[in-house]
This record gives sequence, C-alpha cells and structure tokens, in this order.
Amino acid sequence: MVYIFVGIAGILGALSRYYLGLSIGTLWHHDFPLATLLINLIGCFVLSWLTMYISRLNIVPPYFVTALGTGFVGSFTTFSTFSVETVKLIHSSHWAIALLYVLSSLWGGLFMSWLGFKIGDYFFKKRTQKQFIS
Amino acid sequence: MIEHPFLLVGIGGFFGAIARFSFSNWMKKSYPSSFPIATLLINLIGAFLLGYIVGLDKTWQLLLGTGFMGAFTTFSTFKLETIQLYADKKWKILTIYLGISYTFGILLAFLGMKLGDIL
Repeated sequence: MVYIFVGIAGILGALSRYYLGLSIGTLWHHDFPLATLLINLIGCFVLSWLTMYISRLNIVPPYFVTALGTGFVGSFTTFSTFSVETVKLIHSSHWAIALLYVLSSLWGGLFMSWLGFKIGDYFFKKRTQKQFIS
Repeated sequence: MIEHPFLLVGIGGFFGAIARFSFSNWMKKSYPSSFPIATLLINLIGAFLLGYIVGLDKTWQLLLGTGFMGAFTTFSTFKLETIQLYADKKWKILTIYLGISYTFGILLAFLGMKLGDIL
C-alpha cells in the first residue's frame, strides 16, 4: 500500500518540478540552469527538515512521511537532469557556468540540507522539552 | 500516443518514484551497508539513461526523461545522506560518496548522450 502512496506523491513531485521549471524558465533567460538548482535546493531543505522534525514527532503516520519525503520531495528533486545540464554546458563550451553550476549544487545542496537538519532538530528538541516540563 | 505533458510527466513520475523506493528497499535489505549504495546506483543509472533519453523526441523526453528519470533519481536524498554521514563523522565514506556521485554522474550523462548520437 505504501508503494501506491509513494507513487501518487511521485506524480505530484514530478509535476511540481515540471511546472515550476516552466514558470522559472519564462522569467529566467540565461544559460545557467537556475530552475533545477532552485528546485534541488528547496528539496534539500524540506527533506532534511521533514526527517529531523515531522518524522520524529510521530504526529503523522509513518507511511505519510515516506510518501511526502521519498515520494514527493524525492521526485521533485533530480540528479539526472543536473548531470545532463552540466554536460550540455560543457558541450557548448560554457565552462565557467558549468563549474559554477556544479559548485553551487554541491555546496548549496549541502548547506540547505544542513540547515533543514539543524532547524528540524532544534524545533524537535524544543517541542519535546516543553512536553517534558508540562 | 498521449500528447499531454501533464499525463506524460505524471505517469513517468508515478513509476519513477515507485522504482526508486522499491530498488532502494531491496538494496538496503540485500546489501546492508553504511555506504549509501542504493541512491548512488539509482543516480548513476538515471544520469546515463537520461543522457540517452534527451536525444529522443518530445513525447519520450517528457514520459521517460522529465517524468520517470526525474523522479527515479534524487538530489535531496543524496544530500541528506551526505549530511547524515557528516553528523556521524564518517568522513571517508562522505568524501567517496560525493566524489563518485559528481564525477561519474556527469561522465555517465555524457556517455548516455554519446550513445544517443551513435544509435
């Protein structure tokens, strides 16, 4: 059953990526693949936060967290598009943009995951402490 | 052939997410390891196949590329696993994981595109 939930969340994740990508594409007319970068960075933050906060709180059923994290956010973000876009940039001799794209994905992604991790952990601890006192 | 992007990307996303979830569960059960081998393999296979798919026509690109491979591969899980390795101070695994993901991801996408040119 959880597979169906992951699949349905996967539909929503893939569609959100596609339509958000199209919307960003109408506003951004540069060789730098801003749409994928933003999608991936947002997803990194949300997945870490979900994992460190929502899933540890036990307020929603575990299959729901799996659907949201693995299904939705997992499908929303993409590694394959990132790789292909990098190759296309290198192929068209946009070396500096390719390098900037890889570095901003690498460090930006790590930073956003770390931030989601820390913020999730902070609010989880704060909430459980409060419950402990009361 | 269905021509609506909404359906193509949605159908691809459904199967891509389930394929990643199934493969990842199966790998974790069959080959338990502190190295995130499941996500690594998923991302590398997906990068190679997407490289090939971008050479196909628009319908296949939306169904198999944006939909399936986009959902099958994942950037967020890759980064979360890296941060968890960082939190556990598993520096060696972390470095290898990052290094292999980026170098081989880009290399395999290139090879996939080359294969598309040949075929």
